[in-house]
Amino acid sequence: MAGFILILIAALFFPGIILRTRSIVSGRKGPGIFQPIKDVWVLLQKGSVFSKTTGIIFQIAPSVTLARIICSMLVIPFSNQHALISFEGDFIFFAYLLALGKFFAIIAALDTGSSFEGMGANREALFSMLVEPAFFILLATFAMLTGYTSFSDIFNQFYISNNHYLLIYSIIGFYLLIQIAMIENSRLPIDDPKTHLELTMIHEVMILDNSGFDKALIHVGTYLKFAIYGALLTNVLVPAHWNIFLQTALFFAIQVFFAVVIGLLESFRARNKMNKNPKFVLTLSAISFIAFVVVLILTGKLIS
Amino acid sequence: MQGLLFILVLTISIGIFLIKNQVKYYFTLFLLIISVVLTSFLSFNVLFSNIPVLDIQLDIPFFQNTFQLTIDKLSAYFVLVVNLTVLIGFLYAKGYLKPYLETKNPLRFSIHYFTYLWLYISMILVVLLRDGLSFIIVWEIMALSSFLLVIFEAEKRDILKTGINYLIQMHVGMLFILTALLIVNKATGEMSFDALKVYFSNHSNWLLFSLFFIGFGIKAGFIPLHTWLPDAHPAAPSHVSGVMSGVMIKMGIYGILRVLLSVQTDLLLIGMIILVFSLISGILGVMMAIVQHDLKRLLAYHSIENIGIIGIGIGLGVIGLATNNPTLTLLGFSGGILHVLNHSLFKSLLFFNAGSVYQATHSRNIEQMGGLMRNMPKTAVLFLIGSLAICGLPPFNGFISEYLIYLGMFKSLSAANLYQSIVILGSIVGLTLIGGLAIFCFTKAFGIVFLGNPRSEAAKQAKEVSNNMISPQYLSIAFILVIGLASYLFVKPVFNMISEIFVLPESENIPDHTLSNLAKISMTGGIFILTVVFLLVYRFYHLKNKAIEIGETWGCGYTAGTFKQQYTATSYADNYIQLANPLLRTKKHSTKITEDEIFPAKKSFETHSPDVFKTSLINKPTNWFLGLLKKIAVMQTGQIQHYILYAFIFMLLLLLLTYLNLV
Repeated sequence: MAGFILILIAALFFPGIILRTRSIVSGRKGPGIFQPIKDVWVLLQKGSVFSKTTGIIFQIAPSVTLARIICSMLVIPFSNQHALISFEGDFIFFAYLLALGKFFAIIAALDTGSSFEGMGANREALFSMLVEPAFFILLATFAMLTGYTSFSDIFNQFYISNNHYLLIYSIIGFYLLIQIAMIENSRLPIDDPKTHLELTMIHEVMILDNSGFDKALIHVGTYLKFAIYGALLTNVLVPAHWNIFLQTALFFAIQVFFAVVIGLLESFRARNKMNKNPKFVLTLSAISFIAFVVVLILTGKLIS
Repeated sequence: MQGLLFILVLTISIGIFLIKNQVKYYFTLFLLIISVVLTSFLSFNVLFSNIPVLDIQLDIPFFQNTFQLTIDKLSAYFVLVVNLTVLIGFLYAKGYLKPYLETKNPLRFSIHYFTYLWLYISMILVVLLRDGLSFIIVWEIMALSSFLLVIFEAEKRDILKTGINYLIQMHVGMLFILTALLIVNKATGEMSFDALKVYFSNHSNWLLFSLFFIGFGIKAGFIPLHTWLPDAHPAAPSHVSGVMSGVMIKMGIYGILRVLLSVQTDLLLIGMIILVFSLISGILGVMMAIVQHDLKRLLAYHSIENIGIIGIGIGLGVIGLATNNPTLTLLGFSGGILHVLNHSLFKSLLFFNAGSVYQATHSRNIEQMGGLMRNMPKTAVLFLIGSLAICGLPPFNGFISEYLIYLGMFKSLSAANLYQSIVILGSIVGLTLIGGLAIFCFTKAFGIVFLGNPRSEAAKQAKEVSNNMISPQYLSIAFILVIGLASYLFVKPVFNMISEIFVLPESENIPDHTLSNLAKISMTGGIFILTVVFLLVYRFYHLKNKAIEIGETWGCGYTAGTFKQQYTATSYADNYIQLANPLLRTKKHSTKITEDEIFPAKKSFETHSPDVFKTSLINKPTNWFLGLLKKIAVMQTGQIQHYILYAFIFMLLLLLLTYLNLV
């Protein structure tokens, strides 16, 4: 329960911090921290414009996408409490639920019959396909290390196991989760949400035709997704048996850190060339495979 | 009693040829329903009770032999899977065959219905017969009847050619099975699946298993034994493709499982053989599916992919047996076997809808379609649900079987040694890739066919197909949703079956654990659906008092866009093709714009994605052999003197060889 509520709270300020970081770094006055939430509110008040090409898929896709994000929040644990719903293999469910949302986002983009949105759709499909192995290898590494197969149990056992090299996988896990989060949320270096040319967009071009209520749902979904990955990062970094207040404080500290990192990345880094992206994404799988090999060595399977 | 009824059905099936054209369909349906009810009843008895096996004697009049039908839990399960899909397929066939009623003569229809019924009967007998010889006979009937079903439109030359290719490959497969059975016969004096246990107890296990695996693998469509599959499925009428892909290729899986029940040693090697071929089939199957332009061929390649998933489950199960890991055995086998049912449901559903699209647009080319959802909303929704299920997405049934396989792997990781860890990790990555690629493929198939603007006049004029064709499919949808949301009901009998036939230790509490996990998945699936419904209802009331405008799609400032500027199937797959081309060898042909061309002339662009395995494993050797034969044909001069000379040389040779004591 705690995890669910904390994610909701974190999602409120997360996008605002990214915006603030960017504006501070670039020397602008910039909007306030709650500007993105206000934007959502404004969008909710507005009417909608629908393309005459679109049909029912376009109408339901944003709701399906948000619903799957809310449901995927249910399996994220916090501290040593179990998540609202926790079962063996819940991360499989988590990953496939995210894929379901992606499926709908992609077909909604194709529903518009636009010459641009298909471009975003196929890029999204390709990159999210390539990133999945990285996530699964990482989770396989955790499962092998702890002997458990649910988010709650894995993170509970993570720091209890008598392993002095834990920091290695914490850091690798942390790095990978940040990168996966960036790809899942279509941020730099894969995709640049602030680009102004349709030809170079991925996620933005898919939602070109969404407006009003649906657009608001899509934004809320993105904010929540950031906070979900932030929560996963906290779980990897913070031992579950520490004081609960300390953990809560660390939870928010890590969320803020994550947001600032994204803001800084977006201020200083350019987006990858589009045809370099597959290589970049596959590198993540390679890194998580290294994590796997490290565990093989440390558990005495490779070199005993 | 049951045997008598069965024989009665077999006998009066000839009546299809004798009755009037209008009632042929209903007569066949009647016979089909009788056999479905009869066999389902018996199978239910076996599957949901403690009776391990049920024997039925089949005495055929004027025939000295008695056939022994044996229903154990494995057979019962397959009988139920076959019954469901065959019945739905035949109900669908009524509407699908309607346009052909005017163009084809009654005899064609008689043959079609008759062979459909016999395909069904032969599949039932394949899973019920244990005796080697009768097994081979019904296996042959299955190949012949499906061949006749495939060439329903035999007046088209390429369909006939495809059919003959199919027939030949089926017989190559049968040759392997027959050889394997004969080896068993030679060693034990008995030619049956029961004798396998005796053979395996004192002979090398993996060699004979490999023979069976090749034989059954051709039927199942494991890569590289799959080359008949992507041709035969598009050629057949859609209800036949649905049944062939949904259940007939599963007979290969059944055969492999049946043989596995007797295997005693070399388990690790056998498991690895199955796993490696399954991973290759799974990944390459879906990779090749993405580049197809023919909707039914795309689905056919997906059958290969799904056979791969089933095989991954079975392979892991065998590895579990070999390494004494009941968790992996139970979950691997259960996932694979449940996927047999799941795949038969959504794949037949997808084929039926591809048939509906074909009937409405007279085309199977994805590039010619688009926007069909507007005119064919029911077909579109059915296809969408099938697509979501085949991608293994929750809360549909495909997720449940893939989840079981994943869970088996993840749970075995911590106790596995180095090699096992790497094998399991490879399978995890393979399964993930398959999932991601399937999403890529079905967003393409659904998006390009049903969404956007129509890309041709035929697609624009498409009409929704008749309710006769739609309503049987609701049954498939119901099962897809029930398995997805109440998986408990289906997984429990599968667990019982696996524990019984592979004799797993009872003390393990994995089944109960897994079932409680599945209950939680069902619950979360329910929460998900409720959230979606809530959001949609809220959205509906929210938008009621807001200004809604209808406008053009955002054209980036360009307002004169046409339907041709939409993304096509080829352009959607383009970035993927760039990555996968070293494996797929897709070729692009286009007319280039020359430098002095001031007014552009008509240009064309084509892509071809040949099946790499077909070119290198079938076409190249065959062509080489044909070339060789052509060279030998020099001897065929047509002059009688030459032929007498050949005979003379032959006799001289014989004389010489006899003289040297060589013959």
